[in-house]
Amino acid sequence: MTDIAATAPVHGHDHAHDEHDHVPGFFTRWFLSTNHKDIGTLYLIFAIFAGIIGGVMSGMMRLELAEPGIQYLHGWAQFFDPAAGDTQAKHFWNVLITAHGLIMIFFMVMPAIIGGFGNWFVPLMIGAPDMAFPRMNNVSYWLTTVAFVLLVGSMFVPGGSGLGAGTGWTLYAPLSTSGSVGPAVDMVIFSVHLAGAASILGAINFITTIFNMRAPGMTLHKMPLFVWSVLVTAFLLLLSLPVLAAAITMLLTDRNFGTTFYDATGGGDPVLYQHLFWFFGHPEVYIMVLPGFGIISQVISTFSRKPVFGYLGMAYAMVAIGVVGFIVWAHHMFTVGMSVNLKMYFTAATMVIAVPTGIKIFSWIATMWGGSLSFKTPMLWALGFIFMFTVGGVTGVVLANGGVDTNLHDTYYVVAHFHYVLSLGAVFSLFAGFYYWFPKMSGRMYSEVLGQLHFWIFFIGVNVLFFPQHFLGQQGMPRRYPDYAEAFTYWHHISSIGYAIMAVGMLFFFANIVYAYVAGKKAAANPWGEGATTLEWTLSSPPPFHQFNELPRIA
Amino acid sequence: MKSLKTLVIAAALSFGTMGVVQAQAPAAAPVEAPAATPVATPAPAVTDAAAPATDAAAVPAGDATYVPMKPVPGVGQPVDGGLNFQPQASVLGQKAYGLSHHILLPVITAISLLVLGLLLWVVVRYRASANPEPSKTSHNTIIEVIWTAVPVLILAVIAVPSIRLLAAQYEPPKKDALTVKVTGYQWYWGYAYPDQGIGEYVSKMLTPEQATAAGEPYHLAVDNRMVVPVGQQVKLIITGADVIHSFAVPSFWIKMDAVPGRANETTFTVTKPGVYYGQCSELCGVDHGYMPIAVEALPMDKWKAWVRSRGGNPDGAEAAAPAAAAPAPTGPVPATTEAAPAAVPAAVPAAKN
Repeated sequence: MTDIAATAPVHGHDHAHDEHDHVPGFFTRWFLSTNHKDIGTLYLIFAIFAGIIGGVMSGMMRLELAEPGIQYLHGWAQFFDPAAGDTQAKHFWNVLITAHGLIMIFFMVMPAIIGGFGNWFVPLMIGAPDMAFPRMNNVSYWLTTVAFVLLVGSMFVPGGSGLGAGTGWTLYAPLSTSGSVGPAVDMVIFSVHLAGAASILGAINFITTIFNMRAPGMTLHKMPLFVWSVLVTAFLLLLSLPVLAAAITMLLTDRNFGTTFYDATGGGDPVLYQHLFWFFGHPEVYIMVLPGFGIISQVISTFSRKPVFGYLGMAYAMVAIGVVGFIVWAHHMFTVGMSVNLKMYFTAATMVIAVPTGIKIFSWIATMWGGSLSFKTPMLWALGFIFMFTVGGVTGVVLANGGVDTNLHDTYYVVAHFHYVLSLGAVFSLFAGFYYWFPKMSGRMYSEVLGQLHFWIFFIGVNVLFFPQHFLGQQGMPRRYPDYAEAFTYWHHISSIGYAIMAVGMLFFFANIVYAYVAGKKAAANPWGEGATTLEWTLSSPPPFHQFNELPRIA
Repeated sequence: MKSLKTLVIAAALSFGTMGVVQAQAPAAAPVEAPAATPVATPAPAVTDAAAPATDAAAVPAGDATYVPMKPVPGVGQPVDGGLNFQPQASVLGQKAYGLSHHILLPVITAISLLVLGLLLWVVVRYRASANPEPSKTSHNTIIEVIWTAVPVLILAVIAVPSIRLLAAQYEPPKKDALTVKVTGYQWYWGYAYPDQGIGEYVSKMLTPEQATAAGEPYHLAVDNRMVVPVGQQVKLIITGADVIHSFAVPSFWIKMDAVPGRANETTFTVTKPGVYYGQCSELCGVDHGYMPIAVEALPMDKWKAWVRSRGGNPDGAEAAAPAAAAPAPTGPVPATTEAAPAAVPAAVPAAKN
C-alpha cells in the first residue's frame, strides 16, 4: 500500500538550486510567508513558545497544590495587581486553570500537530509543491498569534473578582456571563473566535490540498496514514468549529447586548451552552489526537521496517472515530440533569469509540510483530504513546458509564484521564513526530543520548504526575480547587514531585535542540533507512525551498 | 442574588423569632455543635440557637434532643493516601461501586496489562538484533475481525450492568421519600425541607479553628449540615441561584449540577448513620473550593428530634397527602415526580434578580 517511494524521482539540491530556489529576504520570508515549510516552522516555534508558558502555568499550579493551604497565589496575584488580596489570589487560581487549558489546546497541541507537522509534511507526503492556498495559510498562522496575544492580554484586565478570566477553558454560562464582569472574558472569547477562524481556514486548506494536489498515482488509498489523519481532522475542524463560534458569539451577546440565550430568567438555558460547547469540544479531543495517531503509524512502520499492518482498517478506523466523535458529546455533561434515555444513549455511543481505537492499538502492535525493531528516540515515544494512550483510553471506558461517572465526574479521575490521552497521548506523539522529522526539517541530527534521556525522564515524570490523580479522583477530590482537605495531601504531593521530574526531562529536550544546531551532524536525506518509505525522505534534508517542481509518479 | 439571601435570612428568622430572645441560653447546650460557635454568620447562628429552644418547648420528655454527630475517620470522607473510592453508604452507591470495582476495574486492568505484555513481547522478540529480517505481512483478515469483534463483545458485557445501573439510579422516587430542596449559592449551600416545614437555612464552611474545635476535617466541615434519616429514601431537588454549582457526596455516589432555572432531581438512601462529606463539583467562581457539603444520617427517631429542633414537623412527610403538607416557606416547590423531572424547568428563578 504505502510503498510509494518506488518510482518517485529524486529531487535533490542539484535540481532545486536553479531558478526556483532564491529564498526571499528575512522579513518577507518569515512575516509574509507563503511557503508551507516556513509556515510550519513558524507554527512549531510558536507552539514551543506557547507550550513553555502553558507548562510554566501547570508548574505554578502543581507548586501551589504540593501542600494543603494557599502558599503562593497571593504573591503571584500581586505580580499582576499589587493591591491583590485573598479574593484576587483565589481568582488568580481560576485564571491559571483557564489559561493553561486554552493555551495547551489552542496554542500548543493544535498549532504544533496540525499547523506545524500538518503544514510541513502533508504536501511533502502527497508529492505537492505547496499547500493549495499559500496566502490563506499565512493568514491562518497570524490569526493564531493574534488570538494568543488576546488570551495572554486578558490576564491583565479585570475579569470580575480579579484580573483575568476565571471561567475555566469551557467558559460555562452563567459564570462566563453574569458571573464575570469586565473585559477579560470578552478578550478570551475573541481569542477563541480568532483561533477558531484560523483553524477553519487551515482545515479548508488541508482538505483542498489533499483532495486536489496529490501527485499522479497517489490515490486516497495510497496516502500515508499521517495524511489520512490530517484529512479526517480537517473535517472535524470544519464541522465543529462553527458550532463553537455560534456558542461563544451568543455568550458575547449575552454579556454585552442583553440577550438571554443562556439565562433562564429570560427564557434561555445555561445547559444549551454546554450542549453547543461540547458538540465542538468532543470532536476537539480527536482533533488533537488523530494527527498523533497518524504520526505514530509512520514512526512505528519506519522503525519496524515493515508497512503498517491493516492499512485500510487503520484509515477507516480514524474515519469512524471522527464520525462517532460527533455523537457522543453529552458524556461531558452527565451530571447536568438529563433524562435516563439520553444518558443511556450517550453511555452506549461513547463506549463504541473504544472499538476503532482498539483496532488502532492492535494494528500498531501487529505492525511491529515480525518486524525488525530499532529503538531510536521517535520509536521510544511511539511505544510510550501506545501504552499510555491505552491507559487513558480504558479509564475513558470507565467514565463512559453514565452511572459510574456520577461519582467521578469533575474529579481528579477525569483530570488524570484526559492528561493520559493528551499529555501522555497527544504530547508523546508530538515528541515522536518532532524527533522523527527534526533531521528532515533542520538538516541536523539531534543527540540520541539526550533524546533518550528526555524520553525516559519525561515518561517517569508524567506517570508520577498523573497516575496518583486517579486515586485522588476516586477518593473524591474535585477539579479546579486551589486548596484541599488534608486527607488529599499525600497524592497531591507525589503528583507535584512528578511535575518536577517531568520538568527536568524537558531540559534535555531544549538542550537537544541547542545541541543539534551547535554540534549536530548533518542529516542525510533519509537518516532512518529502508523503513522510511514516504515521499519526504526522497528529498534532501532540509528539503529545497520549493520541492516537486516535477511531480513524482507513484506506482 | 442579594435579594434571595435576604429572603433566606428572613425565612430563617421567621422560624427562630422566639429563639432570638433566648439565643444566649441554649447556645451552651450542644457543646460540640459547630453552629453554636458565635463566629458564624448571624443568620444560621440564630436559627440554630433557636432550635433547641423550640425543641424543648414542643417535644415531650423522652425524645432525644439533637446533638451534631462526630464524623468517623475513613467514613464519608477521604483518607490520606487512599487509593479506592470512599466506602459507599447508600444503596445505589454500593451497586455502582460493584460495577466499577468488580467489573470495570478488572477489565481495564486486564486490557492494559495485555497491551503492555504484547508491547514488551514485540520489543524483546522482534528487536533488530533478534530479528534482522522483517516479515512483509501487512494484513490478516481473520485477526482483524477478531480484534474488532472481541472488544465489541467486552463492551456489550459491560453495557448490560451499566445500563441497569442507570435505570436503577433513575427509578422514580418512592411516595414516602423525604424531599430536601438544595440551592447552590456563591459560595454556600441552602437546604429546605418543604414537607416538614423547615425553611431554607444556609450551610457554610467552617474556618480552620472552628473545624478543629468541632473535631471535624477542615475544608469539609460546615456549620449547618443537611440531616436525613437512615433507611429512608431522600429525594433532592437541586437548583442554582446564581451560577452552576454541583451537589456531590462521594460516599453516596451522587452528583447533580445545581443549574439556575432548572430543578434537577436525584435520590439516595443512606444505609448507615454517620456524617458524609462532599464538595461543590462545578467551577462556580472564586470560592468554588470553599463550599463543602455535609450530610448527617440519623436513625429515624433522632432525625425527628432534629426536625423538631429546627421547628419543623417530622410527621409532615408521613401524612397521607404530602402535597397538602406544610407549605414551603421559601420559593415554590416543584410538585412533579416524573421519571425525568430533570428536564422540567422550574419556577425557581423567581429567586434570581
